[in-house]
Amino acid sequence: MQIDFTQVPVPIPTPETEHFWAGTRVGELRLQKCKDCQSTYFPPRPFCPACASRSIDIICASGRASLASYVINQRSHPAFDGPYAIALVTLEEGVRMMSNLLNVEQTPDALILDMPLQVTFQPVGEEIVLPYFEPRVVRS
Amino acid sequence: MSRAAVAIVGAAETTELGRIPHMSQIQLHADAALNALADAGLSPTDIDGVATAGESPTGVAHYLGITPSWVDGTAVGGCSFMLHVRHAVAAIEAGLCRCVLITHGESGRSNVGRAGRGSAASSLQGQFESPFGGMGPTTTFTLPVLRFLKETGTTLAEMASVAVSQRQWAGKNPRASLKTPITVDEVLNDRMIAYPFTRAQCCLVTDGGGALVLVAADRAEDFPQKPVYILGTGESTETPMISQMADLTSSGAFKVSGARAFAEAGIDHEAVDHLMIYDAFAHLPLYGLEDLGFCGRGEAGAFIAEGNTSPGGRLPMNTNGGGLSYMHSGMYGMYALQESVRQVRGRAAAQVNDVEISVCHGVGGMFAASGTVIMGSSAAR
Repeated sequence: MQIDFTQVPVPIPTPETEHFWAGTRVGELRLQKCKDCQSTYFPPRPFCPACASRSIDIICASGRASLASYVINQRSHPAFDGPYAIALVTLEEGVRMMSNLLNVEQTPDALILDMPLQVTFQPVGEEIVLPYFEPRVVRS
Repeated sequence: MSRAAVAIVGAAETTELGRIPHMSQIQLHADAALNALADAGLSPTDIDGVATAGESPTGVAHYLGITPSWVDGTAVGGCSFMLHVRHAVAAIEAGLCRCVLITHGESGRSNVGRAGRGSAASSLQGQFESPFGGMGPTTTFTLPVLRFLKETGTTLAEMASVAVSQRQWAGKNPRASLKTPITVDEVLNDRMIAYPFTRAQCCLVTDGGGALVLVAADRAEDFPQKPVYILGTGESTETPMISQMADLTSSGAFKVSGARAFAEAGIDHEAVDHLMIYDAFAHLPLYGLEDLGFCGRGEAGAFIAEGNTSPGGRLPMNTNGGGLSYMHSGMYGMYALQESVRQVRGRAAAQVNDVEISVCHGVGGMFAASGTVIMGSSAAR
């Protein structure tokens, strides 16, 4: 599966999400963490959804994740050259996000729930770099 | 023992269902509304409360020539009409209005006079979901199910049995879009839309509408139809982003909405004679049966596969054929409500014997919102 990155719908950042997109431009996956209750959350907002505190830190996620769930879309999309997985991944820090899975066959046999993943970044448009995920080799 | 405060005295769908290219969306609202008013023996001038979603209540009221003293434009997706019923009960009880008309119409297939949909690129969905190739409900509503199957031990064949069971009901319904019986193997081998969902496990895309008329229960006997009393209602929301469900295997909104409705009605699950669970996709009845408490964790798939919800089963469910086989215009909740009304009145195409209590449970967005309405043939609760 190849992605035509010129055909990906490009996000438009808002004041509340600008730090996230600034992070992906420099290869960082930035999350927010509450200074009061210590919960880490996503998507971005300038207050903690767990306790409503406005006292927030921006942290850099490890990029390690696992595969929570997915579908493999069979309908044609201008950015994808064949069937492609839309994935939900759970980051090591506990938050979940949507993404695509690169460098892996887009088949039920290759995509096993809970498989280890690692973030990787790809630019789309001039301003935006998107976080994608690929299989992570776990060294024993 | 308390008594229901409000009853449905008029209910109808659009004259036609399926493909209606000769009618705009606002006219689908009006066609259903005029049919429901005729059913109740009323005219638009008798209506002083209007609720709708998809179109604005202002637009619907003006189109029908109604000057309302109460409106509700709650729009949380396909279950909006369940919430309208709940809000109408409160409004009538509070004396804000006497006679509420709830309308739905949707040119889902033909797209005549229908406003655009989709998320702005600056919304949270636009930033954090849309770039990854989601193409509407088939690729987003469906996303949690592999996690559900893994954690509950439910099989793909059991999920396919949802479509099989509902096609059995649709076969008894002349207005259903799809009536030909299907097998589990045929469901699993149908064209793949978004793995693991085949076409037979995805809802139809059709045109249609429906409307309800509600009044205070103490005057419900004055109307021509057998009253259908509102015994309990519930509503809730969770998240507009499928990726942010707290638990991919359970809907928080289902649990809150269902529990509130059951508590208000003062009934337990054994009292339920008939059940509607909004089925935009085949997994929704699995989530619904478990989150509403009809089945234990991981038991819903086998419960359906064993025929308990099919014709002759002990918990008849989605007896119009559901969104998978009857019709689905986009916001299906109104059609689930219509079928519950028909069953309680004893006038459904596939009538279940002696329906005294029907539970009608809806979803809005992709597990984003929920509404539950419990109807009864008697005002006592």
